[in-house]
Amino acid sequence: MSFLNNAITGVSLGSIYAIIALGYTMVYGIAKMLNFAHGDVIMVGAYVCFLAMGSLGLPPLAGVLLAVVVCTALGIAIERLAYKPLRSAPSLAVLITAIGVSYLLQNSAQLLWGADTKTFTPIVGTDQESRLWLVPGQLSISYVAILSVVCCVVVMIALALFTGRTKMGKAMRACSEDKGAAQLMGIDVNTTISVTFAIGSALAAIAGVLMCSAYPVLSPTTGSLPGIRAFTAAVFGGIGSIPGALLGGILLGVIETFAKAYISTDLSDAVVFAVLIIVLLVRPAGLMGKYVPEKV
Amino acid sequence: MKKKLNKNSLNGFLNYGIVIAAFAALQVLIGMGRLSNTLQSLLVPACCYIVMAVSLNLTVGILGELSLGHAGFMSLGAFSGITASILLQSAIPMAPLRLAVSMVVGAAFGALGGVIVGVPVLRLQGDYLAIVTLAFGQIIQNIIMVLYVGVDSRGIHFAASSKRFDLAPDGTAIIKGPMGAVGVQKLASFTAGFVLILITLLVVQNLVNSRSGRAIMALRDNRIAAESVGINVTKYKLMAFVTSAALAGAAGALWGLNYSSTVASKFNFNTSILVLVFVVLGGLGSIRGSIIAAALLYVLPELLRGLGLDDYRMLIYAIVLILVMLATNNDKLKALVGRVIPKRKGAVNNG
Amino acid sequence: MKKKDLAALLMAGAMCFGLLAGCSNSGDKASGAPASDAGAQESAPGGSQGSGDAVTIKVGGIGPITGDAAQYGTATQWGAEIAVDEINALNGPVKLEFRYEDDTNVADTAVSAYNALKDWAKDAPLVIYGTTTTAPCVAVSAETFNDRYFQLTPSASSPDVVAGKDNVFQMCFTDPYLGTAGAEYLNSKGLGTKYGIIYNNGDPYSTGIAEAFITKAGELGMELVATQTYPDDKTTDYTVQLNACKDAGADVVFLPIYYTPASLILAQAKQMSYAPLFIGGDGMDGMLDMEGFDKSLAEGLLLMTPFSAGAEDERTQSFVKKYQEAHGILPNQFAADGYDCMYAIYEACCELEGLEGMDSAALCDALSAKFGGGEFSVDGLTGKGMTWKDTGEIDKSPLIFKVENGAYVDAQ
Repeated sequence: MSFLNNAITGVSLGSIYAIIALGYTMVYGIAKMLNFAHGDVIMVGAYVCFLAMGSLGLPPLAGVLLAVVVCTALGIAIERLAYKPLRSAPSLAVLITAIGVSYLLQNSAQLLWGADTKTFTPIVGTDQESRLWLVPGQLSISYVAILSVVCCVVVMIALALFTGRTKMGKAMRACSEDKGAAQLMGIDVNTTISVTFAIGSALAAIAGVLMCSAYPVLSPTTGSLPGIRAFTAAVFGGIGSIPGALLGGILLGVIETFAKAYISTDLSDAVVFAVLIIVLLVRPAGLMGKYVPEKV
Repeated sequence: MKKKLNKNSLNGFLNYGIVIAAFAALQVLIGMGRLSNTLQSLLVPACCYIVMAVSLNLTVGILGELSLGHAGFMSLGAFSGITASILLQSAIPMAPLRLAVSMVVGAAFGALGGVIVGVPVLRLQGDYLAIVTLAFGQIIQNIIMVLYVGVDSRGIHFAASSKRFDLAPDGTAIIKGPMGAVGVQKLASFTAGFVLILITLLVVQNLVNSRSGRAIMALRDNRIAAESVGINVTKYKLMAFVTSAALAGAAGALWGLNYSSTVASKFNFNTSILVLVFVVLGGLGSIRGSIIAAALLYVLPELLRGLGLDDYRMLIYAIVLILVMLATNNDKLKALVGRVIPKRKGAVNNG
Repeated sequence: MKKKDLAALLMAGAMCFGLLAGCSNSGDKASGAPASDAGAQESAPGGSQGSGDAVTIKVGGIGPITGDAAQYGTATQWGAEIAVDEINALNGPVKLEFRYEDDTNVADTAVSAYNALKDWAKDAPLVIYGTTTTAPCVAVSAETFNDRYFQLTPSASSPDVVAGKDNVFQMCFTDPYLGTAGAEYLNSKGLGTKYGIIYNNGDPYSTGIAEAFITKAGELGMELVATQTYPDDKTTDYTVQLNACKDAGADVVFLPIYYTPASLILAQAKQMSYAPLFIGGDGMDGMLDMEGFDKSLAEGLLLMTPFSAGAEDERTQSFVKKYQEAHGILPNQFAADGYDCMYAIYEACCELEGLEGMDSAALCDALSAKFGGGEFSVDGLTGKGMTWKDTGEIDKSPLIFKVENGAYVDAQ
């Protein structure tokens, strides 16, 4: 029973990682940049939802929508102001700028909202009634966990359809394959990348709300650790691959939980990262990533 | 070819010159009592960060592989160096010699870490290598966080938790898990930092300007072409990576012996990123750039103290970081600078 | 290469600016005007003007006001600022001039902050107040011991902070003391039969309390069935640790951790319908005041803390009121410890003879003798008649509170 409990914990933790990783992997796939500020956009989304529900008294759904709108705007603004001027710059310059943006968001959040930890008001109930009891009194899944897994799958399918079927989606795939060629085919690369950031940031807002509903604490540095974990998950699954992000996120959550339960809580971090290294050694492009041999 | 070599060595000598001149100028200022306590306390850590930046530049700028776990090697060096200095307390009473030996031990452990990480993972490329180095940094931090090391009359003791840490009453605990190393005798000095920078320059510049260095740079510029002319990829990648790790280990030992206590969480992802920021701002492949960027950027946040901006200090730092990256990569500005300063041949920027 | 040159140029510019600003600052100080120079976050109104013969002591505080631990640093800063304002309004024989520096919870930054304070206090005796967190404090206390500055920390609780240093004193309990007291309390009250513990093994504070608790529990023959750890206060999922405690049948779970992770543990325990008796240390204080916290989660929680913002005495109420007016949140024990530190420094300085003309080192020796002598006692928000041992540890008794209906109730 404790094994099943741990498995459920792992999957619900993993689904949070997965939904963050989806945003990471989208941006990486198209813009080929590691957006280290992604975790902090999550934090902003959570704060917006928290304030909307607390100070403005809006219903949860309106709070989530507002968070999505604010984060989308923020994502586009960051992209326009900080990343777009660096389109032709070396990728490391963009990486450092992303780190600068991450510090900027964290410190702005602290000045705006204070350093003290807030308790997030979950958008769905978290008490004992709001759980699906599989075995009464012993085995249960919280509604938040179900919601995040469902969200994850819905988002993944929507993204897959979007990139597969729509014109903009096809443009995105074209950009991720070859920006120059895409431009020659009449695709507006800049707009495509902006749209990618908008989608990634909207996902970040949803991820923020879900994460803080599952684990209801909120502070200016809330986004940093899940950010790194989600990056790990994205690489695990094969960065750039949308189903890979889902798989990587959930596997990471499960491995982390099992490592804590059956190996050692002291060394769970080390175990998680050791597994990551081993996976990458066997499959250098991640679980579902495409290994593209270099052409001469 | 000959002219190029001369220019390279000239460039190298200029780097030594800058470091020596800066050291002399600072010593004079200290002698005159004109250097504030704040700046004096920043000298040794700045030296450590300079060595870190130059050594990371070897991996990122010269070898062309992104590493996000450089602080992990620093951590290895710091804790092994501290352990060595405490173990050798009675054997080598002379402080500078003990410091030197500790730094060598730190470098050895750093190099060992470099080999352990390097052999399997240098086969990976680009961002995958980045994530593995990041993972390595986390693993090191996690392990040292639960590591207990102590010495007593029966010898050295290692344990993975305080429960199993069985030290005789006469023993000294050297590393105490999350408490880190406490009660370290401060051996580091600005002179030692200066010497370490010179050694680092000597190692890195000679490596870069040697046959091996050219092979390493060929790998960076085009791996397949380099391989096709018979360059052994693993050997040269490993050479650069391990050298870089060893220097980081030595810098870590100096760092550890500059503070009475050191905790493993100091050497986290943020520290790795900080060093990477120095390298990128200083210019990939530019040793001098790394030195200047590390020195200035380490000191900058501290100088922002006392301007009434404490709440905004880190915010300003973030904005400066973004603006500098934008400015240095702005094509118009580049063109403008290009007109003012005649074009020079330099390092290639291909992150 | 152009890129590099330009970067160097920009940074050199920034550097020059910083240096110039630094120079002009030190110039101000050299001219002997302790009044508001632009850089200081001072609370002291106008330095030595006003009462002619008051001696000005500079109090330099260090703690994290940005980064992960910013909430603890700002609390100690704000608590102290309120006390400094009150003290200076007393027009007593001693005035305090206060300045607070950020250490981002990193040891080397703390040492830099300490040196910045030394530069600030060239013209007046300096007392170091801080640091807030343990790891930076160990590094700074080694420096103050060598340089001879008196140091009083509000909240750095490891014995390593004071060990072997005659000049460093603590306002908070030491970690082993709390751990031992916790085990003794549980044992003497006969609360529970099987004990579990969950602590942060990446944090000296948490590990320190936990190790002492485990040792004492062993001595007292208490049955400790689950020892669980987590690596980082940013950890969000504690169900594995809670499951381990639950499966082992622990009916009391000791949580020697800060309130942020603890609030998650309480929430997750409730979700899995595990309801042991939870007991925490002084880091737990503040949980009830977290914005949006569901107080029913903490119902029945025991905590050992010297301070309760709900206490009804006049002094606490006035402090809580001022703090809320200034910062919009309730003060926790970090703020209260900070407040008490200022009064301890002030009252000790008032009792010193020949205070005028003392430099920092002389003040350090005098204050260390005063605090360490065992005679000196001070009343504060966190205790009445608090005294110090010559080791630097404080002597005050922890109050044990129980949370009932969202408020602290004495459970001694």
